[in-house]
Amino acid sequence: MAARTIKVDYLARIEGEAAFKVVVRDGVVRSAAFSVFEPPRFFEALLRGRAFGEAPDITSRICGICPIAYQMSAVHAIESALGVAVTGPLRELRRLIYCGEWIESHTLHVYLLHAPDFLGFDSGLAMARAHGETVKRGLALKKAGNDIVNLLGGREIHPINVRVGGFYRVPRRREFAPLAEALKRARDIALDTVRWTAKLDFPDLERDYEFVSLRHPDEYPFNEGRIVSSGGIDISPDEYAQHFEEIHVERSTALQSRIIARGAYLTGPLARYSLNFDRLPPAVRQAAQEAGLGATCNNPYRSIVVRAVEVLYACDEALRIIADYQEPDRPAVAVEPRAGIGCAATEAPRGMLWHRYRLEADGAIAEARIVPPTSQNQPSIEEDLRACVTKSLDLEDEALRLLCEQTIRNHDPCISCSTHFLRLEIDRGTDA
Amino acid sequence: MSGRPRCVVLGVGNCDRGDDAAGPAVARALHGQLPGGVAVIEGSGEATALIAHMDGAATAFLVDACVSGAPPGTVHRIDASAAPVPERLRGLTTHGFGVAAAVELARAIGQLPPHCIIYAIEGAGFETGAPLSPAAAAGAAEAAQRLCAEISQSE
Repeated sequence: MAARTIKVDYLARIEGEAAFKVVVRDGVVRSAAFSVFEPPRFFEALLRGRAFGEAPDITSRICGICPIAYQMSAVHAIESALGVAVTGPLRELRRLIYCGEWIESHTLHVYLLHAPDFLGFDSGLAMARAHGETVKRGLALKKAGNDIVNLLGGREIHPINVRVGGFYRVPRRREFAPLAEALKRARDIALDTVRWTAKLDFPDLERDYEFVSLRHPDEYPFNEGRIVSSGGIDISPDEYAQHFEEIHVERSTALQSRIIARGAYLTGPLARYSLNFDRLPPAVRQAAQEAGLGATCNNPYRSIVVRAVEVLYACDEALRIIADYQEPDRPAVAVEPRAGIGCAATEAPRGMLWHRYRLEADGAIAEARIVPPTSQNQPSIEEDLRACVTKSLDLEDEALRLLCEQTIRNHDPCISCSTHFLRLEIDRGTDA
Repeated sequence: MSGRPRCVVLGVGNCDRGDDAAGPAVARALHGQLPGGVAVIEGSGEATALIAHMDGAATAFLVDACVSGAPPGTVHRIDASAAPVPERLRGLTTHGFGVAAAVELARAIGQLPPHCIIYAIEGAGFETGAPLSPAAAAGAAEAAQRLCAEISQSE
């Protein structure tokens, strides 16, 4: 029997610790497993009993790359439970800080984590040695995102200025002047980035994903909208648990999500773009089309172009918000504790992030549930691996291994985010 | 670039992870102790932010905790201007992509300050929520004193 096993015990250039194993027998892929061995982190359990106001600061610690996403999903879900709506300039500032996170996270991934795969380097550092000016451009673009998060979030990592109801402090109009100048330069770099990624060489693979993302009547989605899918799902975030389920698989400390009675689905840039192309401004749509993208994108390797398009959008959206900004009367709307249940989904850079909280009458968190994007994308990542290996069995093992790594990085998985929960069962026997 | 400090001191680490707080402790000890034109910054150690902070400076001092096997509190001084940071003194990082990566990435893209010195303080423990150990605190105090002297001499 002709047997091949492609195995990587420690996968680099992703956030966290994971491995994968693909088993081939007689020219047929028998299994493709993406295993997460990052230790479980129990965030949902440690939220229990805490005051609702602590949730944005606790959940932001789940991830150093996308803390804003955690804060946003937390505050929207809790506001839903408390019957609070945040509108006007405060709502706009929330979109602005999300722009900052998309710019930071996507740019890091495009330039230092994913581009080395396309250009044949084993690390971002090795690529920087050969393409110094390119990486320098990427770092300058990322800095514009850091600057937004610093100004609105109070610091660059694990920001501390987001609260239920709004912010602790909001900027004065004049504080945005240097940021606007930086963002204009960043916008030019972002457009260059779209054009640069378009020239990369993409493996030929089209996948029939069921895309899932938020969709808003007027906007490319960050914080609000209905959860829709290319397979016809169109629900409020409150209905998420009736349509999606999480499953524990033995090889992984992260749960895996599936559409109930249907299976794998994909969130993230490809899904957002394909379900919301018509919500992008004309200039961004044009840049996408000039980069060779259609109104949908089913080639996972082209996600690097889609990320670049989303960075361009985030720069434009940030500039729009800053230009229109009117200082609000108060940094946050008043919130009063009450018993209730609230759900929310927002769009983290790497995909949809769903939170659900049940609050006691005094505002203490009775239950918390968090479904991060990487849990949702894991089954699709495994299906991608299976499809890519099936198409590329003629490659030598080393080349196939590199292609598998690139395939996983297409979805920018964040392992530390996805390992916050482990179902624990203790068997003490009968005579304990 | 105009308006940029000519010298930056970057104390990096997580204040809630035991001896990882050594870098920020040094930065705090140096506030108000250095000549004008020297910027003292506390940071998380995220590499691209470190590169941005160093950009345009003539001299950068990076202060971080490390684990090399030396007695806790030992202060290592490494001139990173000319040669890569030795493997055994790569800073301890709880964030994956830290000081050594920042220095080497800055070097690769031609953005490393001409004079770049790393002060690495040997740590003993890095437990979540733990305070700085007495040994590492003494190391941080020694590093602050040596940095102060080194910067004063060069000004």
